[in-house]
Amino acid sequence: MRKLLIPLTYLVFLVLLIVPLIKIAFGAWEDGVDGLIHAITRPEAVHALMMTGLIVIVVTLLNTLFGVMLSIYLVRGTWLGSRLKQLLNSIVDLPFSVSPVIGGLMIVLILGPSTTIGAFFESIGFKIVYAFPGMVLATLFVTFPLMVREVMPVLQEIGTQQEEAASTLGAYGWTTFWKVTWPLIRWGVIYGVVLTIARSLGEFGAVLVVSGNVMNKTQTATTLVYQDVENFNVVSANGVALILVAFSVALLLVMEWSKKRKGVH
Amino acid sequence: MHIEVTGLNKHFGQFHAVKDVSFTIEKGHLIGLLGPSGGGKTSILRMLAGLESPDAGDILFHGRRVNDLPPQERGIGFVFQNYALFKHMTVYDNIAFGLKIKKQSKEQIRNRVMELVELTGLKGFEQRYPHQLSGGQRQRVAFARALAPEPQLLLLDEPFAAIDAKIRQELRSWLRDLIERVGITSIFVTHDQDEAIEVADEIMIISQGRVEQKGTPWDIYKQPQTPFVASFIGESSIVENIHELRGFENASDWLNTKALIRPEYIEIGQLYEFPIASATEKGRIKHIHFRGSEWMVEVEVRGNTLITYRSLEKEVLHPGDDIVVLVHRAYLFNDHDSWIMENRMKEDPMPIHI
Amino acid sequence: MNDILRHKGWSWGFRSTVMLYFIVLIALPIIGVYTKSFSLGWNAFIESVSDPLAWKSIVLTLKLSLIATLINIVIGTMVAWVLNRYRFIGRTILNSLVDLPFALPTAVGGLMILLLLGPNSLVGNWAAALGIEIVFHEPAIVIAMVFVTFPFIIRAIQPILEELDKSEEEAAYLLGASKGLVFFKVIFPVILPGVLSGAMLAFSRALAEFGAVVLVAGNIPGKTLIASVYIFGEVESDNPQGAAAVSILLLTLSFLILWLVNRVQMRRNAK
Repeated sequence: MRKLLIPLTYLVFLVLLIVPLIKIAFGAWEDGVDGLIHAITRPEAVHALMMTGLIVIVVTLLNTLFGVMLSIYLVRGTWLGSRLKQLLNSIVDLPFSVSPVIGGLMIVLILGPSTTIGAFFESIGFKIVYAFPGMVLATLFVTFPLMVREVMPVLQEIGTQQEEAASTLGAYGWTTFWKVTWPLIRWGVIYGVVLTIARSLGEFGAVLVVSGNVMNKTQTATTLVYQDVENFNVVSANGVALILVAFSVALLLVMEWSKKRKGVH
Repeated sequence: MHIEVTGLNKHFGQFHAVKDVSFTIEKGHLIGLLGPSGGGKTSILRMLAGLESPDAGDILFHGRRVNDLPPQERGIGFVFQNYALFKHMTVYDNIAFGLKIKKQSKEQIRNRVMELVELTGLKGFEQRYPHQLSGGQRQRVAFARALAPEPQLLLLDEPFAAIDAKIRQELRSWLRDLIERVGITSIFVTHDQDEAIEVADEIMIISQGRVEQKGTPWDIYKQPQTPFVASFIGESSIVENIHELRGFENASDWLNTKALIRPEYIEIGQLYEFPIASATEKGRIKHIHFRGSEWMVEVEVRGNTLITYRSLEKEVLHPGDDIVVLVHRAYLFNDHDSWIMENRMKEDPMPIHI
Repeated sequence: MNDILRHKGWSWGFRSTVMLYFIVLIALPIIGVYTKSFSLGWNAFIESVSDPLAWKSIVLTLKLSLIATLINIVIGTMVAWVLNRYRFIGRTILNSLVDLPFALPTAVGGLMILLLLGPNSLVGNWAAALGIEIVFHEPAIVIAMVFVTFPFIIRAIQPILEELDKSEEEAAYLLGASKGLVFFKVIFPVILPGVLSGAMLAFSRALAEFGAVVLVAGNIPGKTLIASVYIFGEVESDNPQGAAAVSILLLTLSFLILWLVNRVQMRRNAK
């Protein structure tokens, strides 16, 4: 059994993951070093990568802040009734089961230029849909459960006793959080951050719908790859994809590392 | 610290966890809250600490109402059941935590921590993390951490529950000595009667959210005021037909009265060993169990199985042996009342025989 | 600083901000899409979803997602088993690689498949010679779906296999059971809830997948156009109501699956 299953497992990984990865890595060099350099130094590529970077930063900051706070409220908050908590808890997962395209569509439907809210914001000169804020919103929507789902179990596992001990020793909420709670959930949060970065880096469907994919304006790295492929410009697509792959693999390594650290405590 | 609690009540949803609890505790006393699990002991402790707020009732420290005072300002030390040590801090940092919150100087903190480390016998372990310590050591750290900010009241929730039986004994007397030396008012929760009897100055028996009895261990043992206390403290056998036993015929004056008989109320032996034969019953040995330092004997008397102990020095009995049993006294109870009844024949044998 | 933060107004402010964020970001859009799909009335809704192209796209999505999930059940169970039970060279690397589809942008995943199997590629030419068409046909969509949902089942089974009490297996061996029998009678029933909840997550992810599929499917209406791409097309051609109508069919289905997964997991936790 063993003699059959191990090679079979290797085969699955080889066919499904390793060979495609290698193919991307080599495909980018098809037109030589110059081709690759050209592919990633095109103005639209530079802009798209910048855009992606900006989205990653903004989304990761917001999602971390709100994700951690919501987790604390959902696990510790006595001011929320248990029924309400259960309801909120099940809503958290919804973005997992919503197609990113639909996620994007939702934002267009609510905040698009033809809606009341959208028109209002546009009149005060704040464009949401087909602009940066909309893209951030769409990415926030799809990444929302990642942080909460990482932090909540950790909070549940560490229990309340250490926090109570801190309060009997004279520490108030804020001190307790930074001195006691934070060091215990830190690795869970870092893991959540890595997942959020990976997801916001790679988000495609939702951003495509919300951004309108306008070159040099609202185009991100992934939507640029899509456009390049649609234009049969596979080598250029490959160049940008290679950068994304490099980031993803790096993130995967951080993911493994933080998973191990998370398990230590 | 002088503590006064009046009319304390606490509900968890539908569950009435603490019912009308009132008591006072004198300064410097060591009190044990004893009772079965889920009886509300820990809830009372947590309300004293301010970790739980009562639905009704007052808690007074030194005559001052502290109900609305958050735990941070009550000046109490709390030792949790699983110690709740800060896992990411060393022993030193754990003990120093409360002092740092008080913004004491580095020098002061250092002195106080080292003093406590010395006191709790943790010297050399200051830089270890909790997971590198044994259960007993962790307990000492938790204790030192709670004492560091010099609280006026120390609360301990099942302080020995998570420790091996062997070390538990040692820690108990250690804790007792230490609390005596520090001179701090302390309350601890336990479900282990030996622990409560051995450590506490005074015991409060708590069951189903009520205080059943409060008093010194000896008082509670000698004069249980409710059937629950009588059956919870010490060992005992229940006898349904107590009025059929010689010397206790008067029990039939009260309807539906049962009795609890403790092992030490019972003497067994051959007939010639008892001066007053009329006070004794016939019995038959059912089982004997070797208990290390003595025999535990199950003896059948008029359809009841009574338990008693017998010295190893005495003649060895065997199951099936016929034997004579003297019941010195019994704890009688019915639905309304409970009292202790001595063996009538034993007290006043003379008139009948002459 | 601490005294200021201790003030009641702060915690009240924090709480309402977080709750508002939560509701505006998650709950509101979902309510929005349901109301929008009925915005032109019940008839318009029926019309939108009974458009043959819409129907076909949904049926196709369901069919291909199911195939992809079944494939993943087989290879996922095998991979989880091998990674858990055998010690061999490269095991830790493979174990880390499992998460790659989570870390990789789906569009890049699509591009990979296109490069590997597309026209002018080695495999593509070879398959074409045999008369099998992969890219821009159904097989490519299934491959894309298998790729993006690869980690789900493995990650659902692994913790169960780790917790599995070896003594149960050993007891079965002592009673004379063969290895195969032990797997199917002792081990599989235990990991089945994990397989099921992993499979349902994979299925709902496959239903929702867009990035990887859009690049390899060719998107021929009625043939290789899956639901999420259809919705995208409707948005592009400025028919948000039609897009919303198809969306809520897909959404409702996904929510149902999510609910089922929760039920399965709750039952497992209850045990």
